[in-house]
Amino acid sequence: MKEKLIAIIAEYLGKDASEIEADATFEDLGLDSLDIAELVMQIEDELGVTIELNAELNNIDKLVEYIENQG
Amino acid sequence: MSFRILGTGSALPVTTVSNEDLTKFLDTSDEWIRTRTGITERRVMNDGESLLTLATSACKNALEMANTSPEEIELIVCTTLAGDYTSPALYCLIAKALGLSDRVITMDTNMGCCGFEYGLQIAHTYFASGMITKKAIVVSAEGLSRHADWSDRATCCLFGDASGAVVLEAAPDRKVDFDWTVSGNADILNITRHADNSPWNTYDGKGVLHMNGQEVFKFAVSSISARIGAVLEKNGLAPDDIAKFFLHQANIRIINSAIHKMGVAPEKFPHNIERLGNTSSATIPVLLDETVRAGGVQRGDKIILCAFGAGLASIACLLEF
Ligand SMILES: CC(C)(COP(=O)(O)OP(=O)(O)OC[C@H]1O[C@@H](n2cnc3c(N)ncnc32)[C@H](O)[C@@H]1OP(=O)(O)O)[C@@H](O)C(=O)NCCC(=O)NCCS
Repeated sequence: MKEKLIAIIAEYLGKDASEIEADATFEDLGLDSLDIAELVMQIEDELGVTIELNAELNNIDKLVEYIENQG
Repeated sequence: MSFRILGTGSALPVTTVSNEDLTKFLDTSDEWIRTRTGITERRVMNDGESLLTLATSACKNALEMANTSPEEIELIVCTTLAGDYTSPALYCLIAKALGLSDRVITMDTNMGCCGFEYGLQIAHTYFASGMITKKAIVVSAEGLSRHADWSDRATCCLFGDASGAVVLEAAPDRKVDFDWTVSGNADILNITRHADNSPWNTYDGKGVLHMNGQEVFKFAVSSISARIGAVLEKNGLAPDDIAKFFLHQANIRIINSAIHKMGVAPEKFPHNIERLGNTSSATIPVLLDETVRAGGVQRGDKIILCAFGAGLASIACLLEF
């Protein structure tokens, strides 16, 4: 799951997966609110999950936990 | 019978409002607006201008390119969120200003930002039914500066005023097709009505635009690829068969996201959002006119127009230019 999310975000940013820190905030990764909206849609499509965004959900680790808790 | 576009025209207000101008009364910055929306400036109507003056100029430009005299027009569809008057409708005034026949078939329609494409669909139906056999006008005229909430930095910076028009001519065997969706959602994007006159009604609202930007953004991005994909599939076409895609100009980020999602060359997506912002149903006919006049569309080219907006509604229109 985590690798998959990192791969999607790395592709979006045009970076290598090794450059993406899972505990860095989305803002620190250079993603603004519209980037996040776009990425969430892509993740929902690719992983078949539903994500309700909120301010707490601000890095990859938290997003992984959120998706896994959905079961 | 089908149709082809014979002429295009557009008209813009003279007053330009830059992002810098907005910082004089809003807590915003040129940088924020440019990076989040792509917009650097927009046009707004001043006292001497109206939707009638803009729409009349746009139609005259289109009639001139089409080498058509006003008496030849059998149908005029005018798309607007709100005309200069609640009544009479804008088309009556435009028909008079252009000198159209008093037997012309006329209507105003309000399909928000999708108005121009729905207007083409109406015209298509009239040509197909044989009710009209020669020429029609579809004109979009929008004054978003009248509806924006100029105290809300998250919405007002997006909008501007403009008018765009096309003259259509009956043409056999020209490909024209549509794919569309509507839903009755007034929560995500709406313009409320002004306070009522009725003594029996206490509604005292202000007629301004409200929007949930994130939700509209998501709707826009998913609608564009879905509508374009559907209209291509119905006609056995691939993106490579399309010379240009004219997307509703709401935010450059929406356009870029659609390009990324569709995997099509960015050069196929003309844009003018930088200079004009979102002018609702007028964005696509204005962009089409600018592109045609710059030689960016050739006769016989297949093009797709695609819009999304209040309703929520979305529509794609496939045309052979
Ligand atoms: C309107 C839009 C640009 C806003 O971008 P966004 O990333 O969704 O922005 P948000 O509303 O989440 O706001 C993010 C932050 O920027 C701030 N902000 C909003 N507008 C701002 C402005 N003009 N200047 C500076 N900051 C602004 C917000 O207050 C918010 O700050 P906060 O995080 O401290 O609360 C974007 O949502 C959009 O374009 N959506 C589509 C709209 C559209 O196309 N409508 C017409 C359809 S026909």
